Amino acid sequence: MNTSILLATTARILNQFRHDRRTVALMILMPSLLLILLRFVFNSEAAFSRAAPALLAVFPFAIMFIVTSITTLRERTTATLERLMTMPIGKLDLLFGYALAFGVVALVQVLVAVGISLTWLGLEIGGSVWLLVVIAGLDALLGTALGLFASAFARTEFQAVQFMPLFVMPQVLLCGLFSPREAMTPVLEWLSNIMPLSYAVDALTAVTTSSDITGELVRNLAIVAACGLLALVLGAVTLRRRTP
Amino acid sequence: MTSSVTTSGAVEVTGLRVHRGKRLVLRDVSCSIPHGSVTGLLGPSGCGKTTLMRSVVGVQIVSGGSVSVLGAPAGNPSLRNRIGYATQSPSVYADLTVAENLRYFCAVLRAPRSDVQRVIAEVGLGGHESQLVSSLSGGELSRTSLAVALLGKPELLVLDEPTVGLDPLLRDELWTLFRSLAARGVTLLVSSHVMDEAARCERLLLMRDGALLADDTPTSLLSLTGTGDLEQAFLSLVRAKEAA
Repeated sequence: MNTSILLATTARILNQFRHDRRTVALMILMPSLLLILLRFVFNSEAAFSRAAPALLAVFPFAIMFIVTSITTLRERTTATLERLMTMPIGKLDLLFGYALAFGVVALVQVLVAVGISLTWLGLEIGGSVWLLVVIAGLDALLGTALGLFASAFARTEFQAVQFMPLFVMPQVLLCGLFSPREAMTPVLEWLSNIMPLSYAVDALTAVTTSSDITGELVRNLAIVAACGLLALVLGAVTLRRRTP
Repeated sequence: MTSSVTTSGAVEVTGLRVHRGKRLVLRDVSCSIPHGSVTGLLGPSGCGKTTLMRSVVGVQIVSGGSVSVLGAPAGNPSLRNRIGYATQSPSVYADLTVAENLRYFCAVLRAPRSDVQRVIAEVGLGGHESQLVSSLSGGELSRTSLAVALLGKPELLVLDEPTVGLDPLLRDELWTLFRSLAARGVTLLVSSHVMDEAARCERLLLMRDGALLADDTPTSLLSLTGTGDLEQAFLSLVRAKEAA
């Protein structure tokens, strides 16, 4: 890995965003808009406070997944990737460069969503706000990492969009948002246990209900971070310098 | 490092076979490209020019034979900042400006920042530095892509149809640039499907249907076939091969 090439890649991607302000606005505001919508659908602060923590994990995760998989697919299908692969850039430089750039966007997105939820929408949390931001940010990064990985399996942008329901929806359905994970049938609970989003939602729920930093909370965070890292490394493995 | 390769060509291709899908697109191609020369790779669209170039820069999965570049096997990590490659479809980022593109690739190659201004001047893009690539004309776009290949100090330039869509004056300027680079010791492999560019090369590789028809100088090709121009020479070689 070469830090200066990695950072140049991050700067390049952020520059690309700078020229596409509409995408940036959509990325940053979308989770907040959905949370605002949800707040008024529930029409009760109490009901919103119960669902909001899980959704602070789900919305950034899903949005970062889509944005990342499309952007990297674009790099794979245009000749820029082929050109880069003839140059002295490591695969991890490229992938971590991507993750860092999208991580910056994800952090802003999460800060806005948490800010709006805590002030205007009346979300009450028992634990640390900063821990909430860290968990939601880590979760958006997980979405980015999975998106990077998934883009390797898509040949067209149509396929990449279809991976959203495939990679994201099962995790959303099984993460405990719709029914408690312990109450699921054993097969579903087992599936839920192997999906990283479940741990992110558990961690967020823990932070909103209590200020204790328990061993379980730390373990859940470690699982989310490890899954993100694993997805990035797998993404690097699926990147080939030589293609058919 | 350079002393060990002076005895052979800058590029040595021996018995190269490449499959794309089930189709054999290169059938036992062997050729040698001398140091400090401009070699034209000519043939109709679909004859395997791009596949041969991809094999030389080391991004093509090959089925057999060997390709040696500047004394190392093609694709060797030591070659990654010694080769400049411009793909046929322009490989630059459409949502960045000309200068931002060049600055990024400059950072990846760890070339001096002053290279950006130099290559902009070399391809005649002065005044377009801060223009978004997506707003460039076709000719300007392909020159931006060519400019990236000129960054750093490449010893070998592999340029896939760099002059397509350029007005005759610009085309002439680029060929002057290619010859001056060759005079400095740079080896150039330039593909084209227009025969009138062939006369500008010191050596020609004529390809058809995945096989090499000729590897010679333009003058000796004309005398060998007894024809007046290279288009006729190409036709006579094709007919001779089909009769055999």
